[in-house]
Amino acid sequence: MVFVKEYLLGNAAIARGILESGAGLVAGYPGTPSSEIIETLSPLAGQRRMHVEWSVNEKVALEVAIGASWANARSVATMKHVGLNVASDPFMTLAYLGVGAGLVVITADDPYCHSSQNEQDSRRYAQFAGVPCLEPADPQEAKDMTVYAFELSERLNLPVMLRPTTRVSHARSDVETGQLPALAASNAGFTRDPSCRVALPVHVRPLHKRLIAKQETIDKELSSAPWNRLVCRADTGIIASGISGLYAEEALKDLELDYSLLRIGTTPAPSGLLTEMLEHCRRILVVEELEPVLEEQVALLARKVRPDLDLHGKSLVPRAGELDLGLVRNAISALAGLPAREPIVIPEKDILPPRPPALCPGCSHRATYQAMIKAFGKDAVFPSDIGCYTMGVGMGTVETCLCMGASISVATGIRFGGDERPICCTLGDSTFLHSGLTGLLNAAYNGARLTVTILDNSTTAMTGHQPHPGTGRTATGQESCPVSLEDVARALGAGLVETVDPYDLDRAVEVFRKARDFSGLSVVIARQSCVISARRQGVRRQPLQVTDACVGCQVCLNFGCPAIEWTGETASINTLCTGCGVCAMVCPSGSIKEVVR
Amino acid sequence: MRSSDCDIVIAGVGGQGVILISDVIGRAAVKAGLPVRGAETHGMAQRGGSVVNHTRINCRYSPMVAEGGADLLLALEPVEALRHAHFLAPGGTALVNTAPVLPVTVTTGKFAYPPLEKVLSPLQRIGTVRAFNATELAASAGTVQAMNVVMLGALSRYIPITEEAILAALAQVVPEKHLKVNLRAFELGKAEVD
Repeated sequence: MVFVKEYLLGNAAIARGILESGAGLVAGYPGTPSSEIIETLSPLAGQRRMHVEWSVNEKVALEVAIGASWANARSVATMKHVGLNVASDPFMTLAYLGVGAGLVVITADDPYCHSSQNEQDSRRYAQFAGVPCLEPADPQEAKDMTVYAFELSERLNLPVMLRPTTRVSHARSDVETGQLPALAASNAGFTRDPSCRVALPVHVRPLHKRLIAKQETIDKELSSAPWNRLVCRADTGIIASGISGLYAEEALKDLELDYSLLRIGTTPAPSGLLTEMLEHCRRILVVEELEPVLEEQVALLARKVRPDLDLHGKSLVPRAGELDLGLVRNAISALAGLPAREPIVIPEKDILPPRPPALCPGCSHRATYQAMIKAFGKDAVFPSDIGCYTMGVGMGTVETCLCMGASISVATGIRFGGDERPICCTLGDSTFLHSGLTGLLNAAYNGARLTVTILDNSTTAMTGHQPHPGTGRTATGQESCPVSLEDVARALGAGLVETVDPYDLDRAVEVFRKARDFSGLSVVIARQSCVISARRQGVRRQPLQVTDACVGCQVCLNFGCPAIEWTGETASINTLCTGCGVCAMVCPSGSIKEVVR
Repeated sequence: MRSSDCDIVIAGVGGQGVILISDVIGRAAVKAGLPVRGAETHGMAQRGGSVVNHTRINCRYSPMVAEGGADLLLALEPVEALRHAHFLAPGGTALVNTAPVLPVTVTTGKFAYPPLEKVLSPLQRIGTVRAFNATELAASAGTVQAMNVVMLGALSRYIPITEEAILAALAQVVPEKHLKVNLRAFELGKAEVD
């Protein structure tokens, strides 16, 4: 067999593993840090005879993957960690029913919330459901574990979770790739077996017992998994999971300590290997990111194997945020009685201007927010949602952000909770189609008086411009029937539905006023292409400039577009200007004009 | 004890092409038969925010460079050099593009953009600083977009990978029609530090 080394992103390595496993279907919803798995696969779907889709949400993605597995095609559902909350309903019962062909659920965790609303630990879900979880330390393991996960899933008749973290999904390394299987004729087809496909009480009672009994089989299977490696040295030892194993190895080398090291890549960790470690070591530090999942398992086992074990874990290793070499080295130093290495402090850093992520120059969300404030007033309530537009928090129009699609339902609750003020909530087109539909239906059904603004930039911008049902294009570039947000909003029961171009600021304010004064549920669709997509499609607008008439009132600066700068006395427009023209409408003195060629 | 041959931290602003630099180094390292690790910033932080990338040559550990562990700090923007100065190893080298990109906190007048000498002096205390206007050099090569490749050219003089392997990797990453401009940019960056 010929092996080739490539410099691969962790997510691309996972995609490679999916290809090497001959999967027939991959479904997912975009979410950082998971999106590149499907993005890597979608151009290859045709030549590998594989169905690849962006599903409407994670629950749908998992259900589609389950259907494929039950039809005997290896399948994958991919999502970010919080996506599994949405998909948790099928996930929990799937463990009872089992799979047909191998099914891998990929949930990319995000310790430190680099791009997320929380940092929940998906290993807890795996424990909760009673399914095994594989935790790669680097892109090579991510690829190899993906291949292994399908085999394990089929051997156990269970879904298997693959849980990379941001530092694996968005790491790159040299990855040795294997061969792709020959394309064989599909032998897919659904096999009828109601006893394990129909979750009736009479069926699931014995299936639950079967799932409990399988836990022992899982332990046996994982005892030979190559991802769990023990090196016995001194009678003090480190047990570390996933990427923490690499931090621990490097820290031990750096500190020149001859501690034993057990690297763990599976949840549960195999009890045999843990027992061996516990019999060898009298003192152990468990290093893992987020929850003390492994530590709890070690503590439980120690009660039987070594009750006098001197066990450390979250007492020395932070439970919140991500780990790094420095944190792990200091935890090990504390165990060894060595001094901690102090963080490097550079006092001059206090001159640094912050550089937070911001809405792009010319982003239409900024214009929509401006129109909303003008029409609804600053005293109105502005629940919002998850997407690029959450970055508009500084404008005062993002007052809540909870989870995908929550804006409308939270707004409904604020209204029925007794707030009488105008309420205008916002969510993006992709988020609306993901899980805003049910909130809108509920608001209409229960008669909530509020305005729902759909910030329609015709893409899933935040995660890298993936298509969705409103775009009329699938993950693999096939044309599909574009769903009309207006028709959907009316069908779900909105009494007033208006569409407006936010770049036409005056008209947008007028429409928002009409929505504000409407006596029932109104929907405003603020439609304008994402500036990034527009630039890629070749849209060029005439940039703007500030004329001598500028009086230095700074109203345009407060609008917050990165293309507008303060020179000390007047405003000026820099080269980032995309020519949206909204600042010219915001300027009270009429001092901003198009550049005349 | 060293865990890699060369630890590099690449800092910049979303959109400046930080990822391309590490992609080229990584591919070149693979061509040279060296294990290599990289860590990238994707997602939310990219939107005009500060981005950072870690690259470790001949390394089998995690992709993250430790504080005070970077042999090289490559900064595509001056204040981003200072923001990540705690990564620079004592005696390490910082290669800094002196052309500022003003953050929105400065353009809106809430914060001041500090003068260059104040930005660079803490770095000079830690190691060697090579500062030059890579954006201007890229413009003279044909396009300011190639600023990242100017910086890559400068970096190439400091990393334990042959120029041949780096250029071969660059040719894989850059579209063919832009390759000439990028090669010019690479040469200008290299000449700047020679």
